[in-house]
Amino acid sequence: MGKTLSEKILSEHAGHNVRAGEFAVVCVDLVYVQDGTGPLTVRQLEKLGFKNVSSPERTIVFLDHAAPSPRQELSNDHKLLREFCQRSGAVLSDIGNGISHNVASEQYANPGTVIVGADSHTCTNGALCAFAVGMGSTDIAVAMALGHTWLRVPETWKVSVEGDFPRAVYAKDFMLHFIGTVKADGATYRALEFVGPAMDTLSMAGRLTISNMAVECGAKVGLFNSDEVTRNYLELLGRPQRYKPLRADPDAAYEKTLTFDVSSLEPMIACPHFVDNVKPVREAGSVAVHQVFIGTSSNGRLEDFQQAAAILKGKKVANGVRLLITPGSRKVLLDGLADGTFRTLAEAGGVITGPGCGACAGVHEGVLADGEVCVATQNRNFRGRMGNPHAFIYLASPATAAATAVTGRITDPREFL
Amino acid sequence: MDKLRGRAWKFGDGISTDHIAPGRLFHLRSNLPELAKHVLEDARPEFAAALQTGDFIVGGRNFGQGSSREHAPTIIKMAGVSAVIAKSFARIFFRNCINVGLPAIILDTDTIDERDELEMDLLAGKLVNLTKGATLSFPPLPKVMATILSEGGLVEHIKKHGDFKLD
Ligand code: SF4
Repeated sequence: MGKTLSEKILSEHAGHNVRAGEFAVVCVDLVYVQDGTGPLTVRQLEKLGFKNVSSPERTIVFLDHAAPSPRQELSNDHKLLREFCQRSGAVLSDIGNGISHNVASEQYANPGTVIVGADSHTCTNGALCAFAVGMGSTDIAVAMALGHTWLRVPETWKVSVEGDFPRAVYAKDFMLHFIGTVKADGATYRALEFVGPAMDTLSMAGRLTISNMAVECGAKVGLFNSDEVTRNYLELLGRPQRYKPLRADPDAAYEKTLTFDVSSLEPMIACPHFVDNVKPVREAGSVAVHQVFIGTSSNGRLEDFQQAAAILKGKKVANGVRLLITPGSRKVLLDGLADGTFRTLAEAGGVITGPGCGACAGVHEGVLADGEVCVATQNRNFRGRMGNPHAFIYLASPATAAATAVTGRITDPREFL
Repeated sequence: MDKLRGRAWKFGDGISTDHIAPGRLFHLRSNLPELAKHVLEDARPEFAAALQTGDFIVGGRNFGQGSSREHAPTIIKMAGVSAVIAKSFARIFFRNCINVGLPAIILDTDTIDERDELEMDLLAGKLVNLTKGATLSFPPLPKVMATILSEGGLVEHIKKHGDFKLD
């Protein structure tokens, strides 16, 4: 019997063959925290009595959620993390570098590796065929100290996706549709493998959007094959030697196979206050919007901003709407400055912030007022997510967000493309 | 472990870690006793003040979905909750509960009503609803988690064994 991607990667890291349902201790190749979870991790390391981390060069501390810090308590947390890095030799990714998962894709994540991070969207790098999984601060403290963690090998669902994406329909629309179909707890504990022609031809940016949101239907990890797209991406980012082809065996055992065809898919939107409350954008009704936010670990890559710029070029953001543009990383900022994408967005009336999580988690840079509505390209619309439990968040693609910014109401991007 | 006893506080489906420990209080994460005063504020604003030590949180489906912030189960425990009972849990939250020494129990919560008096026997896998006179059973945790929980959480577990003890 062949192996799924998870069984392959975890067997290699356990040092013996493991199968779905088994518990195993696996070594980790990369471990990271961000500024929301890191301070607790550092305190837990101290409680555990560890003075050192096992591999400082593979331990990364990202300051991305409150970057730059909006208040003294968070400045003190940043100070604690900077001092920890100095002391332990862990790598510091300071404010302005970008979101942990986005920077990890660009610099650290590789096919066939195990990555653990103290952030639920660590699964983003499943797109690079890494078994990348989010955990809490104490688990991450132990992984930092020991260089390994325990895992239950997940059962896998094969998600087979066919067809060509229609005009103005993107990976985000597919993933919102997928989560709306399987529901927020539908794939709890499962590994997802996204395969089929529509996934094989998808860009790395699109794959990262899909893997990022795997956790939104409860999945432990959302994996893509390591293939030509992966090879090209790694080459572009300057680490071609880290490419290795990887896919599940043809006779691997899947718990379930789901089949989708994107050729009839429309632009989709998740309505307040749940990620699985999904419908086509044209059925959302005439909803007036106060803020549009483009960025995050879901859609903060150059391709995303280019899609928004294609709609906003030569236009202006509607009266009464704030458009926030937050690059996912410094590289995205520089690339988008070089090709004019951010100029286009600024000319249209967008506010360009420094790279990081921006308004996503409700910490700073765009907290909503009571009763306000936001269309965001992020991955969560829970009550209170953007800092105010009395606000309303819709989730959509960068194109839908851009079209909405132009009209001031939720708008199907096909009206512009 | 002794029996746990307290009243039920009912919550609906899909309670997220944003409900439990909201992002707008991000700056209190290094001040957990203060953050604990706001536990679950965005789901039931009256909860934190009215909670009595030993009470149970009784949720629906997918309790603890969303962010991996371990602060969420930590402040639930700090506030004095003896266990969280739900129809199902989000994966990271479930693991975090065990790691911080907070029992997380999966069972059908439909028969439990607000303020029902509950008594839980973790080892026997039984929950007695004293108000209703009914006994519910729940399956044991996976071995590794049962060990971590019985030793008081992951920090204690690692301090005791120096590593994970899987069997
Ligand atoms: S962008 Fe949002 S979802 Fe992504 S890591 Fe930052 S806060 Fe989390």
